[in-house]
Amino acid sequence: MTKLNTYRSGPDERGHFGIFGGRFVAETLMPLILEVEKAYREARADPAFEGEMRQQLKQYVGRPNPLYYAERLTEQLGGAKIYFKREELNHTGAHKINNCIGQILLARRMGKTRIIAETGAGQHGVATATVCALYNMPCVIYMGETDIARQQPNVFRMKLLGAEVRPVTSGSGTLKDAMNEALRDWVTNVADTFYIIGTAAGPHPYPAMVRDFQSVIGDEVRTQMQEQEGRLPDSLVACVGGGSNAIGLFHPFLDEPTVQMVGVEAAGRGIEKGPLDHAASINGGRPGVLHGNRTYLLQDEDGQILEGHSISAGLDYPGIGPEHSWLHDVGRVEYAYATDQEALDAFQLCARTEGIIPALESAHGLAEVIKRAPKLPKDHLMVLCLSGRGDKDIFSVAKHLGVEL
Amino acid sequence: MKSVDVLADSRIARRFAALKAEGRAGLVTFITAGDPDPAVSQAVLNGLPATGADLIELGMPFTDPMADGPAIQASSLRALKAGMTVRKTLEMVRGFRKQDADTPIILMGYFNPIHAYGVEPFLAAAREAGVDGLIVVDLPPEEDEELCIPALQAGVSFVRLTTPTTDEARMPMVMRNTSGFVYYVSIAGITGTASASNTAIDAAVAQLKRHTDLPVAVGFGIKTPDQAAEVARVADAAVVGSAIVTRLADGIDASGGVKPGTVEDVLGFVGELAAGVRAARG
Ligand SMILES: Cc1ncc(COP(=O)(O)O)c(C=O)c1O
Repeated sequence: MTKLNTYRSGPDERGHFGIFGGRFVAETLMPLILEVEKAYREARADPAFEGEMRQQLKQYVGRPNPLYYAERLTEQLGGAKIYFKREELNHTGAHKINNCIGQILLARRMGKTRIIAETGAGQHGVATATVCALYNMPCVIYMGETDIARQQPNVFRMKLLGAEVRPVTSGSGTLKDAMNEALRDWVTNVADTFYIIGTAAGPHPYPAMVRDFQSVIGDEVRTQMQEQEGRLPDSLVACVGGGSNAIGLFHPFLDEPTVQMVGVEAAGRGIEKGPLDHAASINGGRPGVLHGNRTYLLQDEDGQILEGHSISAGLDYPGIGPEHSWLHDVGRVEYAYATDQEALDAFQLCARTEGIIPALESAHGLAEVIKRAPKLPKDHLMVLCLSGRGDKDIFSVAKHLGVEL
Repeated sequence: MKSVDVLADSRIARRFAALKAEGRAGLVTFITAGDPDPAVSQAVLNGLPATGADLIELGMPFTDPMADGPAIQASSLRALKAGMTVRKTLEMVRGFRKQDADTPIILMGYFNPIHAYGVEPFLAAAREAGVDGLIVVDLPPEEDEELCIPALQAGVSFVRLTTPTTDEARMPMVMRNTSGFVYYVSIAGITGTASASNTAIDAAVAQLKRHTDLPVAVGFGIKTPDQAAEVARVADAAVVGSAIVTRLADGIDASGGVKPGTVEDVLGFVGELAAGVRAARG
């Protein structure tokens, strides 16, 4: 593998991370994408923007959240010392709000008056509906009807927050279809609408922008680990849907050669069963172009996108953010996977040993921790991004466990 | 400086020259390859020139047609369900070329199926099959190296979309590698929904003509022979897609079978559109 001086300089000015990324959008959107990019560049250079974001992350979201030493789990696994980055303690219960605060502030700066978003598990939809309530902006959330059925509590939350939830029936009614529909809305309402994309994917500048807004996760881990252990962590683990919580944790550490990083994809019923049974774009897909960027995708021989499957609605996206594709190809980050069953087991273990019910998404990361930690020395510091809490998942978990609620 | 066609001697250029000589605008029809099944689709395709289509856009179905409305989304899914692929789409073009050597065929779709096929092999196969141009919705000029430039080098036109959001400043860049004709998308939106006003279209075509010597086709939202005629008064061609695809969908029964007479009905509708276009400047 080529050794680079820095893994943190991407993307280039055209939005490429190596061969990945780019701006594969219809001409109607292109001027708008350029406008978002320019506005974002200006906002980043404006201390007032940064100041308002910091203030909201502190007062409204409740940051910094703890870097928590999971002592019982550590004892039980008998190896590495395990820390949880407690993103599940954020207002709205997941890391998604970090990005939504940043993007809605940008939307306001740009004078946009209407917000749209896509959502899978509903976490990003809830986070978007929340910031829209906070800033008094009308908000339309696109959600696949399959996801609506399995994430009822979040659907109701969004409605309580004043959002309109539009069911998406096209395709198989999951996250990718919701994203298609949001893009269709956007081309139709270019003048007044801002699209808050929920993960580190989409056309440039979204992958870089979402990463930057989520990097607060890794920045805090660095400071907190220094305070608590006096050094850098040895390894970082995060689940990967589109890859926003993972890139937010990893990015600040990419140039620290001693820090190992593992992204965990959803292996569903098993990678070996083929791409209809999992959602592991890197481990079971090939590079292609979808939703504005070149990246690893679940697709058939003819370039048709496959639906994929995961027990977790937040992970069953057939793509992954382009920066992850690049980090995989250059070998800086390792991409592992966990099955539905492994995630369910980790979900229950976490609840019983730590008194924390994790999101099913985060449970995929935990499943990897459970595999790795026992083989590592006791002085190995391992950080799991506990990206969200599992309240939203109790119904689907109950169903899988054969429990009637 | 106005842009000119880098592929001056093509079927597309010859067809527009002939239309100009006749003093009328052209009718560009869109159907999705393989919709609702390969046989019916081939029959419609083969029948288009005789009923008055001057140029043909043949959709390459894709699972995620982000710029298309419900009618074309549904038609793509029907075609995919019937087993349509890029290879079979090129087969259809080959079949068509056995009976028609003059009507230009432009493949329209999204980049990923071409990417999966491989750009160079795809261009070679497309040219060999008798494809004249490509419209790839998710390839703006910012991504020209991906397909546009290789296509021009392979002698296949790359027809660019311009939209109400394409401003003066962007126009030269959008025109730069455009070949065959310019496709003006008359509304900011997806296919098959709203229609633009005639005055807006007039102004947009005039603006485009200041930037290019290429023919200008106008589409999105043209549903009736009258609307086609209105557009044909100011543009070099009118493009009709969703309305034709919807007519085809009307011929599918509840169990997914194709009702007798569907091909004739679709072609009859194309004939009405063609009559509208031909009478427009009469
Ligand atoms: C709690 C939680 N974690 C992770 C994800 C996956 O998204 P990403 O990979 O962008 O972090 C989701 C998505 O809905 C989520 O809700």
